[in-house]
Amino acid sequence: MVVYGVALLAFCMLVGVFLGDLLGKLIGVDANVGGIGIAMLLLIIIANKRTPFFEINAITKSGVNFWSAMYIPIVVAMAAKQNVFAALSGGWMAVTAGVLVVIISFLMIPLLYRLNNRE
Amino acid sequence: MLKEAIFSALSNNSIITAFLFVGVVTALSYWISNHMTNGKIHGSAIAITIGLFLAYIGGYISEGNKGLADISIFAGVGILGGAMFRDFAIVATAFGVDLKHLKNAGMIGAISIIFGVILSFIIGAIVALMFGYDDAVSITTIGAGAATYIVGPVTGTALSASSEVIALSVAVGLIKSILVMIMTPFIAPYIKLDNAESAMIFGGLMGTTSGVAGGLAATDPKLVPYGAMTATFYTGVGCLLAPSILFLIVNTLIN
Repeated sequence: MVVYGVALLAFCMLVGVFLGDLLGKLIGVDANVGGIGIAMLLLIIIANKRTPFFEINAITKSGVNFWSAMYIPIVVAMAAKQNVFAALSGGWMAVTAGVLVVIISFLMIPLLYRLNNRE
Repeated sequence: MLKEAIFSALSNNSIITAFLFVGVVTALSYWISNHMTNGKIHGSAIAITIGLFLAYIGGYISEGNKGLADISIFAGVGILGGAMFRDFAIVATAFGVDLKHLKNAGMIGAISIIFGVILSFIIGAIVALMFGYDDAVSITTIGAGAATYIVGPVTGTALSASSEVIALSVAVGLIKSILVMIMTPFIAPYIKLDNAESAMIFGGLMGTTSGVAGGLAATDPKLVPYGAMTATFYTGVGCLLAPSILFLIVNTLIN
C-alpha cells in the first residue's frame, strides 16, 4: 500500500531527527547534528535489505517516490519563503561576505575532488 | 462579496493554495525556459529565482521574515516550503541512492564539512575586520554567519553579541544561501559538479541546506541526496566549532 511507503519515510525521518538531537546534546551543541543525513542512511539501508517478512513492493515504493518527486516543488516554495528582504537589507558587509564565501567555496570543490582522486 | 469569498477560500485552505501556487510558478518557469531561453536555462532554476523574487516582494509588503508566506493567502507556502516538508522530501530522494558512492566519498565528504566550516568562518571574519569590527565577539559571530544563518545566531547568542551583529550574521548567511541557490546551476559545469562525489564535497563546503537543496535541484536532481547528506551535518559542526575553538583563536589573535 502507498501509505506503507509514506510511513516508512516518516519513520526514517523521525528516528533520524531524534538521533541528530541526541548527538547534538551529547557534544553539547544547541542544534540537530546530521539528523536528516542519518534518516537518509536509514532509508537506504532499509531499502536494500531483503528479509522474508519485510519487502518493499512497487506500490509501497510509489509512496516514497511521490515525495521524492515533490522535492523540486517544495524547493520552489522554500525559495518563496526565504527572508530575501532582510538579506538585502544587511548592507554591503553582508553582500561582500556572502559573495566571497560562495565564490571561494565553489573554487575549492575541484581542488578537494582532485585531492581524493590523486592516485 | 466575491472578493471575500475568494480570499477566504484561498486562506482557509492554505496548503492547497500553496500546491496551486507552486504549480503555476513551475508552469510559467518551464514556459519561459522553453520559449525565451531555448531550454538553456533549466525550468527549476527559473522557478527558484521567481520564488526568491516573490519572497523579496512579500518581505517588502509585509515587513515580516518569511517572504511571500507572510501575505496571508500565501501562508501555506511557508508550510510547504518549511524545514519539515523540505527535510521529508530530501529523505525521500535518498531512496535509490547507491551505498557504494556514499562509501567512496565518505571520507572526503567528512573532511569537506570541517574544511568548509573553517573556510567560511575565516572569510566572514576577515570581511568583518575589513568593515571595521574589532572585537572578538562580533568578528566570531559574523564569521559564524558566513557558515550558515543558523550557526550565526547560535554563536552570537552563546557569546552575547549585540542584536545588531546577530542580525548581520543572519543576513550574511541568507545572502550565501540565496547565491548558492541561484549560482550553482551556472557554475556546475566548470567545477565538475556532475557526480556523487563532487556533490558530497559541494554539500560539505557550502553547508547551507536550503542553498544546497535549491542549487542541486536546478542542476541535477539525482545529485540532491549526496549533497544534502553532507550539508545536514554542517550546521551542527558549525555550532560546535564557532563559539568554542574558533572564538578562542579569534580572541587570541585580536589581543
